[in-house]
Amino acid sequence: MLTLDFAFLTPAVISGYIVKGFIFSLQLTLIAMLGGIILGTLLALMRLSSKPWLILPAAGYVNTMRSVPLVMVILWFFLLIPLVIGRPLGAEVSAIITFTLFEAAYYSEIMRAGIQSISRGQVAAGYALGMSYRQTMGLIVLPQAFRNMLPVLLTQTIILFQDTSLVYAIGAYDLLKGFEIAGKNFNRPVETYLVAAVLYFVISFSLSMLVKKLQQRIAIIR
Amino acid sequence: MATWDWQVFCKDTIDGKIVPGCFGGSGDTTYLDWLLSAWGWTLSVSLLALLVALALGALMGILRTTPHRGLVLLGNAWTELFRNIPLLVQIFLWYHVVPALIPPLRGVPSFILVVLGLGLFTSARISEQVRAGIQSLAGGQRMAGLAMGFTLPQTYRYVLLPMAFRIIIPPLTSESMNIIKNSSVAFAVSISELTLFALQAQEETSRGIEVYLAVTGLYFISAFAINRAMLFVENRMRVPGMIGGGT
Repeated sequence: MLTLDFAFLTPAVISGYIVKGFIFSLQLTLIAMLGGIILGTLLALMRLSSKPWLILPAAGYVNTMRSVPLVMVILWFFLLIPLVIGRPLGAEVSAIITFTLFEAAYYSEIMRAGIQSISRGQVAAGYALGMSYRQTMGLIVLPQAFRNMLPVLLTQTIILFQDTSLVYAIGAYDLLKGFEIAGKNFNRPVETYLVAAVLYFVISFSLSMLVKKLQQRIAIIR
Repeated sequence: MATWDWQVFCKDTIDGKIVPGCFGGSGDTTYLDWLLSAWGWTLSVSLLALLVALALGALMGILRTTPHRGLVLLGNAWTELFRNIPLLVQIFLWYHVVPALIPPLRGVPSFILVVLGLGLFTSARISEQVRAGIQSLAGGQRMAGLAMGFTLPQTYRYVLLPMAFRIIIPPLTSESMNIIKNSSVAFAVSISELTLFALQAQEETSRGIEVYLAVTGLYFISAFAINRAMLFVENRMRVPGMIGGGT
């Protein structure tokens, strides 16, 4: 039986190994969330338009992204981006681009459902008042769609935060990597993986509790 | 722009010479052989994990709808635990931590550990679906079953579950397709499945695009096959008037 010893995890070790990775994981999550929601909303609007040359590429993009394992998408981008831009790119930057583009597909499905949840009469009312497409969407439909879908968007973001650990495949320095390197250097892998699991759990669990609270409040407003 | 070179799959994995017929046969292994065996590993991990996930997920989902506080708590705790830790971290826990803490598990091959890890991770998500399916039934059905003199297990067996499982076939289909995609994390603990093949073959041959395309295509085909199989099940099991089509 192995005895666990967490004594090596001093503040110095934590700030030396873990914090750097943690900051990157948060950065990756936030950028991919913001970029993903913006791109995803655009994709959703494209799919809900009436023009086939907008619908087809958007649908193709979303379905492709959603049917390939994220690890493979990460590897694909890590391979292709340097070929496209002509110079090598760090794993971290590559990860940020990949996650933004990948999550856009998932956020777009959520936004599509949100836009469809707004009754068509509201769009008609907007047009009847003389509003343009841009105004109808921007002032009437999207704000409501966004609010209705906020809990789902946030739940997807929690999944995104958990998925950031997959940058392991290209060796980017994220939270998990920080723990792994600390574990190797101090020869305490069992303890570091345990702490990593607890940390991921605490963050994801408390965020999902917050989302549940938010969901109840939004449900009351409606 | 680089040109295609699909001959890469006919190369021997050791000396890099092109083998006529592409299959190595005795002694030699070509990249095509390796690709197919990697596909086999991906499918084995996924299907076994799916069995684990369906069994445990159904059990935990049912527990969460019983009138017993303790059982509900157990089901909820199970679901939250396996849903809030990233899959990759869970796989590492099974591979590095569990055998270190529980000595009898030390000799267990990593294949089994990955199946358990992926299976338990997915069981949390299936338990959510099963719970939602049971709770979507009208409350009167449970009461009717109990009023007829059924015991609680009988009410589940003959009244609630036959309906609930049919209702949740569509979400179960997408979970089954997810498990194929999620099996790709097994590369991290050196299971020789498709993603690990992609990483290693890319490194050895520098033919990344061809290798990745082949691997991605096989993931596509696997997920699509599961989709068709589940659609078949859905059509066979459908209660007239209950599920409206669905993909």
